[in-house]
Amino acid sequence: MTTAPVISAARGTIAIRSENLCRHYRMGETLIRAVDGVSLEVRAGEFVALLGSSGSGKSSVLNLIAGLDRPTSGSVIVQDRDLAKLSREELAKYRLHVVGMVFQSFNLIASMTLAENVELPLRFAEVDRSKRVSLAREALERVGLRARMDHRPSELSGGEQQRAALARALINRPQLLLADEPTGNLDSHTGTEIMDMVREFNEQLGMTVVMVTHERALAERYAQRMIFLADGKLIDDRANVPTATTAGVPGGRA
Amino acid sequence: MKLPDLTELALRNLRESVLRNSLTTIGISVGVASLVAMLSLGTGLQQLFSQRLAKSGLFDTVFVSSRRDLRGMGREEERKGPTPGESRVLDEPARQEIERLPNVKEAYPDIRFVTELRYDDKPHLTMISALPLSAKSNDAFDGMQGGFFSSDTAAEAILQKSFAEELLGKIPPLGAPEPNVAELAKPLLGKELTMRYAQRQAAPAPQPPLRASEATSADDSIAGAAYSVVSREQKLRIVGISDLDPETMRGPTRAKVFLPLRLAESLHVMQPTDLREISRAATDQPVYASISVRIKNPAQVQVVEEAIKKMGFNTFSILDASNSLRQVFRVLYAFLGIFGSLALAVASIGIVNTLVMAILERRREIGIMKAIGASDGDVKKLFFAEAGAMGILGGIVGVFLGWAIGQVINFGTNIWLKSQSLPPEHFWAVPLWLVGFSIGFAFLVSLVSGLYPAARAAKLDPVQALRYE
Ligand SMILES: Nc1ncnc2c1ncn2[C@@H]1O[C@H](COP(=O)(O)OP(=O)(O)O)[C@@H](O)[C@H]1O
Ligand SMILES: [Mg+2]
Repeated sequence: MTTAPVISAARGTIAIRSENLCRHYRMGETLIRAVDGVSLEVRAGEFVALLGSSGSGKSSVLNLIAGLDRPTSGSVIVQDRDLAKLSREELAKYRLHVVGMVFQSFNLIASMTLAENVELPLRFAEVDRSKRVSLAREALERVGLRARMDHRPSELSGGEQQRAALARALINRPQLLLADEPTGNLDSHTGTEIMDMVREFNEQLGMTVVMVTHERALAERYAQRMIFLADGKLIDDRANVPTATTAGVPGGRA
Repeated sequence: MKLPDLTELALRNLRESVLRNSLTTIGISVGVASLVAMLSLGTGLQQLFSQRLAKSGLFDTVFVSSRRDLRGMGREEERKGPTPGESRVLDEPARQEIERLPNVKEAYPDIRFVTELRYDDKPHLTMISALPLSAKSNDAFDGMQGGFFSSDTAAEAILQKSFAEELLGKIPPLGAPEPNVAELAKPLLGKELTMRYAQRQAAPAPQPPLRASEATSADDSIAGAAYSVVSREQKLRIVGISDLDPETMRGPTRAKVFLPLRLAESLHVMQPTDLREISRAATDQPVYASISVRIKNPAQVQVVEEAIKKMGFNTFSILDASNSLRQVFRVLYAFLGIFGSLALAVASIGIVNTLVMAILERRREIGIMKAIGASDGDVKKLFFAEAGAMGILGGIVGVFLGWAIGQVINFGTNIWLKSQSLPPEHFWAVPLWLVGFSIGFAFLVSLVSGLYPAARAAKLDPVQALRYE
């Protein structure tokens, strides 16, 4: 693989820190505390799982880290950037260059081919066309979809779509990979395939990974740390030794 | 995002919902077409009018009359200047003096009288006027049958179509189609007319010329009147039948029969002015009711007018009329423009509607783009690009459409003109500036229409957009 590893934040330094992070929604009379005073730290190069039942605030925390949303109070600091203090423009730049995201529902643009989907962040980054094409091809090759680059998402299986989404998240070489239930719509075999890829990015490219999941088993197999949320509050934060090893899992890259 | 990327994405998005976007674009085209149609009609009409006026010689002509002529134009200045009785007489020396003024091409007297013409032994009373040879280039003689006068002194006549009809007893009833000039010309060309007229003759003068006393008072000279009126006949050969009316501008005093200028002069026909300038007859020096002065360059009309006024005559030129005509065209233009823009304004509502619909439909897509790093500005520009692309496409199609409509109408009208044996006209012009202006205007209107949808799309909250399937 020619994709160069990301060497920005040295392993072990603090990549993400939140302090008393809150995100409240007002629904008429009632106040919904989606995130309610969460303080956490993620070190650079770490693979962290955010666990909790549905509605516990996992996605809300992830969106705050991703700079897609702003905290009601408290702070999120990602690699020395206080996200609450960034302008909308600066937040967009931050999402473009620092963060790569994958979602449960893949979120590829249906009217574009895989290659076009994957190179879309490069358009926002104003990268030259010729360079874009080769970078997109390279990223698709990494996830084993080079042959399908001119297909539309609807022509692909769920696993293939999620691989394309991973390629897109990777294309700007971000330091942070944020995944919101990436295997939620996939069968267990395909899910494993995706998770192996995520772990590969974590290990080979040095990306910091924060993954939301409600499957504790999945977290135990891949995450180095598990953070538990309930009702918007952090209730547990414990280290974990991933049981799946790089060599030991069948499937790997297709 | 860079412009080529924006354009590419915008066009691909437009293709995604082809039907809706085409309909919106067609709406813009129709708006632009109506704008182009209206303005090109205005431009064409103005061009046609200006050409007509320029060719008619009216733009480079100044009409000069004596201030003695109480039937003058009734202008303010007449009251300020010397009393009519004291002011200068418009006679041959005055004409020559005017002709010597700088920028003057020629100055010829307007000879115009009502008299009897006999054709086929039937008398016809009509207004006759004299034309210089230079009138040949007058647009009014474009569709003429036969030819112009062979010389300035030839005993020849050109008839206006309606007089030809009268001679042949073929006056069509009101509303009926006009007979063809060619048909009228066949039996008339080369035929002879007999003109009966009253000739003014100086009686042998018992006293020396009365010039000095006349200059101070016109009234006392009647006593010294000494001239006679002799009835004369002059044979005229019909050489041309003019289809159009060369003297439309003159209204009820317009002539139906035209003679060569020098011939008319030599006849010394008794003219209405002679009655008041009665004493002049004794001198045998012609006095003119008015003189037409042709100017070399229409731009010099005003200067020449001033110079002639200083000599003590009244002047009138079409320039004053053309100024107000230009005003009329400006108003017409604004009116047509507003009318044309109205359709475009309606079309712009279509753009707003289409783009707002697109935001609702592409909510998730906008959320995705923001999640992967698109800024508010990127999203805004994308919607602007879509609006702009519809505007430019609609503008181009619209200009073509407007041009085509104009061509069809022009073509149709010319077929009709031809059936009426009238020369074809080009009253529809799409100048290049109008093409550029229309497309630019459509682009601008579409961008303005895109303002609200683009701002709304840019403000979209990505978290909300991604929450809903
Ligand atoms: N825009 C919103 N308006 C109101 N309530 C919201 C909004 N977004 C999230 N919530 C609420 O916040 C809580 C946490 O949501 P979320 O972070 O999506 O949970 P999870 O991802 O853990 O399932 C839920 O109760 C949800 O209903
Ligand atoms: Mg969630």
